[in-house]
Amino acid sequence: MNRSQPLVLGIESSCDETGVGIVRGTTLLTNTVSSSMDEHVRFGGVIPEIASRAHLDAFVPTLEQALSDAGVSLDEVDAIAVTSGPGLAGALMVGVCAAKALAVATGKPLYAINHLVAHVGVGLLESNGNEAPQLPENLGALLVSGGHTEILRINSITDDVVLLGSTIDDAAGEAYDKVARILGLGYPGGPAIDKVARTGNPKSIRFPRGLSQPKYMGTAEEPGKHRYDWSFSGLKTAVARCVEQFEARGEDIPVADIAAAFQEAVVDIISSKAVLACREHGIKDVLLGGGVAANSRLRELTGQRCASAGIRLHVPPLDLCTDNGAMVAALGAQLVMAGVAPSGIGFAPDSSMPVTSVSLPA
Amino acid sequence: MLILAIDTSAVASAALVSDDALEGVVASFSTEDTRSHAEVLAPGIAEMLAEAGVTGQDIDALVVGVGPGPFTGLRSGIATARTLSFVWGKPLHGLMSLDAVALEVAESTAAVPEFLVVTDARRKEVYWARYSLAEGKLPRLEDGPHVGFAADLPDLPAFGAGAGLYADTLRADPEFAQEQPDALYLGQFALARLASGNGLLDSTPLYLRESDAQVPGPRKRAL
Ligand SMILES: [Zn+2]
Repeated sequence: MNRSQPLVLGIESSCDETGVGIVRGTTLLTNTVSSSMDEHVRFGGVIPEIASRAHLDAFVPTLEQALSDAGVSLDEVDAIAVTSGPGLAGALMVGVCAAKALAVATGKPLYAINHLVAHVGVGLLESNGNEAPQLPENLGALLVSGGHTEILRINSITDDVVLLGSTIDDAAGEAYDKVARILGLGYPGGPAIDKVARTGNPKSIRFPRGLSQPKYMGTAEEPGKHRYDWSFSGLKTAVARCVEQFEARGEDIPVADIAAAFQEAVVDIISSKAVLACREHGIKDVLLGGGVAANSRLRELTGQRCASAGIRLHVPPLDLCTDNGAMVAALGAQLVMAGVAPSGIGFAPDSSMPVTSVSLPA
Repeated sequence: MLILAIDTSAVASAALVSDDALEGVVASFSTEDTRSHAEVLAPGIAEMLAEAGVTGQDIDALVVGVGPGPFTGLRSGIATARTLSFVWGKPLHGLMSLDAVALEVAESTAAVPEFLVVTDARRKEVYWARYSLAEGKLPRLEDGPHVGFAADLPDLPAFGAGAGLYADTLRADPEFAQEQPDALYLGQFALARLASGNGLLDSTPLYLRESDAQVPGPRKRAL
């Protein structure tokens, strides 16, 4: 196997995107994605069974497209990488079975990869002909999407990743979807709320910031149980109550103001806790990943707060922030280059795979 | 003609069948478990191919059981078969999974002119189909597949693990009370159908049930 510039094919199916990406070392050759998002619109959120059905039908066409876009054949591929978790169990299963079949049919080594760490892996891809970036030491990663909300510390992307904090209930993107439904703004909620919020007054209503009370926070010396964790389910309930109160009084619902105030609550608590976690862990660089990285207010406020704390914020191109196969391939290539052994074909997908497991052992 | 058959509609199984081999069987494997397909299927196929000394280039076609069966398990076999078919460049056919049990019944001493094949659909329901059998012929699908309650099935001898599960309601054949669709019989059924010039299905899964997803109603307004 070529270990200096390995050609790696990555497969992603943990949520509603069927992704196949191909990289050579740190060079991105293709990032091919087929999304079932349109099929979830009428439900106002991702329906796991519908996502799984869509993965089954999308996989081979997406693979074929990726190979053709990259201009490579399966024979040339040095290794295959697949998301084995965390994610929706039935969705993961389709990608894992397809990846294993690919490994059986081609005889290529297979790496079972952690989806969250893969979000960080895209930071290692060259962009616009620039040299491949080295991941800085003391790197943090803030991942915000419809499926997850986490802050990670990356000591070594191939074998030492620590979870500093995460949501204890809904993911931030899920909260956006639910609130968008309450406000009648449609799905996906993130872009819809972001747009409407621009015309609203975020200070008109004050929504709660979950897990911000002293009993959860503690102090830097004696951290509380949820110092770097988030909770969004109370916020969603508060928005619903607020809407009901306007209705009960027979008043028009100030949709833009509520959207702006909700978004401010989400973005405020995400960025403040993320920056706090970074400061207290000596983290000087933070990579933003996940679909909610597209949110203008999240990027703005996180950028401001990072800057005033002396932290550099890195935001990869948006199509690499959302779920995709390129990030899986990018992390797979790092594992090959680091000499990590492949996972084989006997592993099981793990819907709650911890970040301490970057790839599964054989 | 060498066929690789795969079925994951209940247990995970795979087989290499050929019209050149004795009894048609080159190699086969199956599991007891109905919930770990994603783990065991690929290693099972890889071992089976290695032991039989068969590569993808030797295989003429693939056949996959398209259900009915529990969704997640069913998809693991179809995802596997579609990918193998794509990489090897070999045609993929589908067969209704209950046909495997029907062929097994036809080849047994328990064969009767009209019968049901019944498997477990979970949630207190069964997947079932009605077959007829004429001397020297392949079993013929007369009705189904359907999903429903055991109590609502036609009053006929019933074969398969779903019949065994509801033996108090159905005329379950005790010899077949644990029997699940097996790729071995599926492969043989496919060989026989292809030999007699009959077509097969494509690999579209037979889910029979909707996804259970509910379109949310309008939010209740406060009074
Ligand atoms: Zn993700």
